[in-house]
Amino acid sequence: MKHTLRQVARSGKFMAGFIIFVAILLIVIIYPLLVPDPPLQIIAQGTFFPPGIYVNTYDSINAPTTYTLHLDDAAAKRVASKLSQENRTEMKNWLVAAGLPADEIDTADTEQLLNQWGSHYDPRLQIPGMTLAKSRAYQRLNASIQGLLSTEGAIIASRAADTGALQAGREVKQTDYVNIREVANVRFLPLGTDNFGRDVLTELVRATGVSLQIGLVAGIIATLIGLTLGLAAGYIGGLLDDFTMFITNLFTVIPTFVLLILISFSIGQDKRGAFTIATVIGLTAWPWTARSVRAQVISLRNRDHVNLSKLSGHSIPHIILNDILPYVASYVVMAFILQISSGILQEAGLAILGLGPRTTEVPTLGLMMNWAMIYQAHILEKWWAYLPVLMTIALITFSMNLMNTGLDQVFNPALRD
Amino acid sequence: MDAPRKSKPCLSGVGLTKVFGLGRRTTVAVDHVDFEFREGEVISIVGESGSGKTTLAKMLLGLINPTEGEVYFQGQKRDISSHRKRQEYWKNIQAIFQDPFSAYNIFNKIDTVLLDCIHMRGGRGLPRAKKIELMTEACGFVNLKFEEMTNKYPFELSGGQMQRLMIARIFLLKPKILLADEPTSMIDACSRATILDYLMKLRDEVGMTLIFITHDIGLAYYVSDTVYIMEHGRFVESGTADRVILHPQEPYTKRLISDVPKIYEEWDLSTV
Ligand SMILES: Nc1ncnc2c1ncn2[C@@H]1O[C@H](COP(=O)(O)OP(=O)(O)O)[C@@H](O)[C@H]1O
Ligand SMILES: [Mg+2]
Repeated sequence: MKHTLRQVARSGKFMAGFIIFVAILLIVIIYPLLVPDPPLQIIAQGTFFPPGIYVNTYDSINAPTTYTLHLDDAAAKRVASKLSQENRTEMKNWLVAAGLPADEIDTADTEQLLNQWGSHYDPRLQIPGMTLAKSRAYQRLNASIQGLLSTEGAIIASRAADTGALQAGREVKQTDYVNIREVANVRFLPLGTDNFGRDVLTELVRATGVSLQIGLVAGIIATLIGLTLGLAAGYIGGLLDDFTMFITNLFTVIPTFVLLILISFSIGQDKRGAFTIATVIGLTAWPWTARSVRAQVISLRNRDHVNLSKLSGHSIPHIILNDILPYVASYVVMAFILQISSGILQEAGLAILGLGPRTTEVPTLGLMMNWAMIYQAHILEKWWAYLPVLMTIALITFSMNLMNTGLDQVFNPALRD
Repeated sequence: MDAPRKSKPCLSGVGLTKVFGLGRRTTVAVDHVDFEFREGEVISIVGESGSGKTTLAKMLLGLINPTEGEVYFQGQKRDISSHRKRQEYWKNIQAIFQDPFSAYNIFNKIDTVLLDCIHMRGGRGLPRAKKIELMTEACGFVNLKFEEMTNKYPFELSGGQMQRLMIARIFLLKPKILLADEPTSMIDACSRATILDYLMKLRDEVGMTLIFITHDIGLAYYVSDTVYIMEHGRFVESGTADRVILHPQEPYTKRLISDVPKIYEEWDLSTV
């Protein structure tokens, strides 16, 4: 026993899978402690904000301290950073077309470029060969440059309580900066928001947790039923065996997933909680475990150690628990792992079809896929709404399959490479 | 040796048959055998590998059901229709299997194997010290030290030690009949004689009927009162050991004997 455990620990494949799985598990456990927000809270109006750091505009204006950096350098840097290389090339093109020698224009020198632009640009100047659309684009570019260069701030006005007249409150200059720590509402959204304006990362972590639980519940149900029936049918045989084989064969003829769809559909949207779905998945997945456990038991039940146990006067339950179960245990552990990962996939499949858990309570990986699909994230190229979910599903399944292969190699030395 | 002939029959079979498989691919492992084993005798069943010896033994033990035929135990039709009745039957008949390496549950310690026997003989309520005393005695019978055996797993022992532990088990169980299915065939040559000695000592100690299954007709001659020769699931010849082995009638028996030429060299034939 100890020897086997040591071998399992030495199996590279198992450990790789195990580490990935534990990492996922740790994130699911620790993340909510750091970010206690409810995962389905709508944090922003609007859909599909791309990943990034978001600063609340209102809060940034009303932040307690305002750092006013009256540095020319700061202003110049601000302008320089806002003026893209494309814009610079466009400006140079116009200036050259207007008659300036090309070697006098240096697009890297922001100040000189802006000066040349300021003294030469004239929207009314007709440049031969330039289309109307092009000259409009230059007019827009000029307007934005003027905005950048403007030194006047924006006036924040408020309405006087008695007269209703606007009163100038505070002026926000272009050189005003606020330390991001002074702003009450800063949101780091590494994965942006989804179609409802919810934080995708928080949602994803919670969804992973729920999906793992669904997989676990489905796996436990399927394994318990499958193991019990497999042991009983394999060892005792008779009518029980006929019954088990009948159901098992039925399930091999009717694809489990079709059955799942039908059951989920008949339960109805309102009654489909996450654990109802998990139970349904578990109840349709056991025949597979039962079938393989039964096959193992049949090959075990005529072994001499079982015969010896019979001759030692043991009861049938004792023989099943002590002389059969330990011999199939390693196999059952492997089947259990596969049941968990297939449970997660089944839930995802059901939810994508809109037959998953009802949507108001908890997110699941399948539900997130469903939302992304309904709101056309894939067409709108909002990759952050579905790609991380897909990766998570793939990673969980991958880690479990790795663990399974590792165990398989330990328990069936013939498979070792 | 006519004395055992007078004792009562303890195990007999009528038309005992076992067919494995279904449809066309059937194997007749045991084919309508009749026999009458008498109390206190040592009976040898001799046959080549695949002749159906183990299958017959398992039917006698009630571990597999005969396809046809009946087994009579102590003159009465054997009834093992329920597990409870079988448990009762197994208090009377025990076995030592051919392969000690597969006969133990590798998840149970040796103590469990011996304790099970004490419990089966109604010793479940005995104080722990008494149980240890019984186990020590049983181990001592086959020259094993209980202190060295306790808390060990069967696979930590050698094949010879495992088979001796099997004999210790029978020592505790004291059944009326013991079926020993080639108990020495998987053991290294050095341990063979020891195992055989313990087996014969056990028989004298417990006074049980011993059904000794072997492919070695020389060994059968050495240990048994009565010999049954088995070929392709049938008993082709039977009788007292002297009669069958020293005056074989059947060609198959003669061939078996000629395969073991040592018999005539090693044993003194002057008694014939
Ligand atoms: N469980 C089984 N299923 C099918 N055939 C079997 C089974 N057990 C034994 N046999 C067949 O029955 C025949 C007798 O086997 P066995 O009783 O083990 O012979 P022996 O013990 O004399 O070597 C062999 O041909 C063997 O292949
Ligand atoms: Mg055999």
